[in-house]
Amino acid sequence: MSTPQGQLWILVDYTACSGCRLCEIACSLKHEGAIWPSASRITIYEHYPGAPVPQYCVQCPDYPCVSACPTKALRVDQATGAVLVDPSLCTLCLNCVEACPGKIPKVVRGKKYILICDLCKGDPVCAKECSRAGYNALKVIRKPASTGIKHYAKPGRTLAEELGKKYLT
Amino acid sequence: MVHIFGSWGRLLRVDLSTGKTSTEEVHPMVYRMYVGGRGLAAYLLWRELGRKWRDVDPLGPENVLTVLTGPLTGYYPGIKLVVSGKSPQSGGVVGSAVSSHVAYAIKAAGYDGVVVSGASRDPVYLYVRDDSVEVRDASKLWGLRGLELVRALREDVGRDLPSLYIGPAGENLVRTAAVMARWFHAAGYGGYGAVMGSKKLKAIVVDGSGPLPPVASRDDFAKLRYEVIDRVAARSTFRKWGTTSGLWRVGYETSSEPVRNWQEEWHNREEFSHAPIERRHWVKNPWADWGCPLACMKVSKALVDGVGYVTDGPDYEMGAYLGSNLGLFEVDKVIALSALADDLGLCGIQVGNVLGFAVELFEKKVLTEEDVGYTLKWGDFSSLKRLLEDVAYRRGIGMVLAEGAYRSAIELAKRKRLPVEDVLKYAVQVKGIGIGAHGIRSRKDYPQPIAYAASVQGGDHTSVAGLPANSEESEVWSAFLDSAVICMFTSVEEDTVLKFLNTVTGWSVAKDELYGTIGPRILSLQRILLLLGGPDVRWDPRKHDDNPPRFYEPLPSGPYAGSLVPREEVSKNLVEYYRQLGWDDLGIPTEETLRRLGLYDAVDVVQALRRELGAS
Repeated sequence: MSTPQGQLWILVDYTACSGCRLCEIACSLKHEGAIWPSASRITIYEHYPGAPVPQYCVQCPDYPCVSACPTKALRVDQATGAVLVDPSLCTLCLNCVEACPGKIPKVVRGKKYILICDLCKGDPVCAKECSRAGYNALKVIRKPASTGIKHYAKPGRTLAEELGKKYLT
Repeated sequence: MVHIFGSWGRLLRVDLSTGKTSTEEVHPMVYRMYVGGRGLAAYLLWRELGRKWRDVDPLGPENVLTVLTGPLTGYYPGIKLVVSGKSPQSGGVVGSAVSSHVAYAIKAAGYDGVVVSGASRDPVYLYVRDDSVEVRDASKLWGLRGLELVRALREDVGRDLPSLYIGPAGENLVRTAAVMARWFHAAGYGGYGAVMGSKKLKAIVVDGSGPLPPVASRDDFAKLRYEVIDRVAARSTFRKWGTTSGLWRVGYETSSEPVRNWQEEWHNREEFSHAPIERRHWVKNPWADWGCPLACMKVSKALVDGVGYVTDGPDYEMGAYLGSNLGLFEVDKVIALSALADDLGLCGIQVGNVLGFAVELFEKKVLTEEDVGYTLKWGDFSSLKRLLEDVAYRRGIGMVLAEGAYRSAIELAKRKRLPVEDVLKYAVQVKGIGIGAHGIRSRKDYPQPIAYAASVQGGDHTSVAGLPANSEESEVWSAFLDSAVICMFTSVEEDTVLKFLNTVTGWSVAKDELYGTIGPRILSLQRILLLLGGPDVRWDPRKHDDNPPRFYEPLPSGPYAGSLVPREEVSKNLVEYYRQLGWDDLGIPTEETLRRLGLYDAVDVVQALRRELGAS
């Protein structure tokens, strides 16, 4: 499978993640104009001390969420590879959440549509914030052609359990 | 509701005796006068318990537990909240700050804090989901230690949510019990773990789904926030080694680390440093709390006698108090003791303080094997571990030591028919609160001889007094940080912090107001409540505004051998410090000061105090 030129991806270095949530703060400030971590498109899970896991849309090569959407509210931004939500079409039917292997799309009180990472039009603010603070746990790379990236689309709690056990046992 | 920025002006109130929950609106003027956090706690406690303060049993249902954020919580990088109430250690009000994600969650749920009164009959935990507040059964959680409890709570609510909680120590009303957060974080000073235990409150779990309240000036805020983030992220010693780097440095370089119950403050143990810990034990570096660009924490694990232990750092205070202070310099075992203290819900400083006190009493043959049930020896891991657990579960000698060094000394003197001074001289504490792991004899670390003697939070090393009163050396500054509420490690100079405060709140607080009015107002209330004390402690400034006897013994070793705290300087500086705060020679706020600070309703209380103490 080939990836269109210019599409990007956020690579996460779990060992470098401090669990600080500056990514969540930056994401919500950018998208919602407020510090609003529950409305952040990136979420940190930490089930074991010292094993925080950032989770966000990994842009599966087959985009199951997009095909599951009955109202065509979801589409792929060809330029970046991100899934874009059309707020006017989304009915919060949650079919996309069902279809997502990681149950990643977010429903937040006070928002009338589903929240999915839009890669900030090609310049993800979470990664910028992470490196500004010197953690460098999130790196923007060219989207890998491998279908293996779908392995990252696990539920946050599963990732947090798996990583935590590796760390501490 | 009157509009206010940076806070909601709303508290969640829970009465555990009735199970009723409600909200309380707080007038913006109260925030302007007390800011939030520690200041707001002092205000609320004074208002609700002030008139009957002496009779309030800190471990009775009449005590009020406050969990408060401040206007800068969530905005200023580095998150904290302040736990308070009538302290089971000092009988006063201690603002006990702890890093916790609960701080932002409380605000995201639409409150500035949670105020818990009454007591439940059966174990409960509080589950706050925005407007929905549940007092849930915790009978299955009672008895659980930290690591198990965090997991059990996650299963109970079905999600990974931040919580404040107590371990077995808090349940057993141990006065050195902490309110814990995120496995290893503790609101330790004050002993509020025991207050939660007395209310049968195992945990507070908060799910806040909303945004933080609006700030007054959005553009300025965004700019200022990055200015602080960039400066704080550059603090490379903290980033690399956290406060663990102090284990070697504070002892070897500045001679101010407790060694064997403060018999020495210098050591030359190279193995007792961050280097072997970093090499062999850290599994996570850096580790940070919510919104923190500093990341002073690290996660360490160790295997001792076939048992695995996990803790942070250990940070300097935990490492020093459960290491050098106990004559233990093997870092893997120090990690184990720290992990155990965390898991049991004990304040590492306070329990390390009382353990050191006990081992020295054993060394001096005041305590015997008959009293303890086993031999206590400096550096002996297995007996220290046993003693730590005995304190948490109030077993055997732990029944006495669970009261902290001050109360233990009085009780043991009685049992041994010794003059109380002969046992109290081994208790390194001020007003019932064990002194943090920063000595003042060498004057190379904490240089002020009245640092602890004049503090309204006794031995709290994060709230030390000093001259001049209108500077960062003064307790005014700590009181302000605890009220704003921000972390002392991510704080910067006053001008920028105040600018941040004004940008978020829309206020125009200048330095002279901070040092002349706001700070002295908070400290005056804390001081009055501390001097009222009760029911089992009463502090006389002439006797108790002082250092522990040990600090008047010369340092026996190291480059500053011979140094001690000069007594004359203590008395002289106390009077001067009090004068600068608008207090009399005994440190009682004058009536004129109270009127100037708007504390009119404290005037008669202070007059009575002055009469009682026979002051002029």
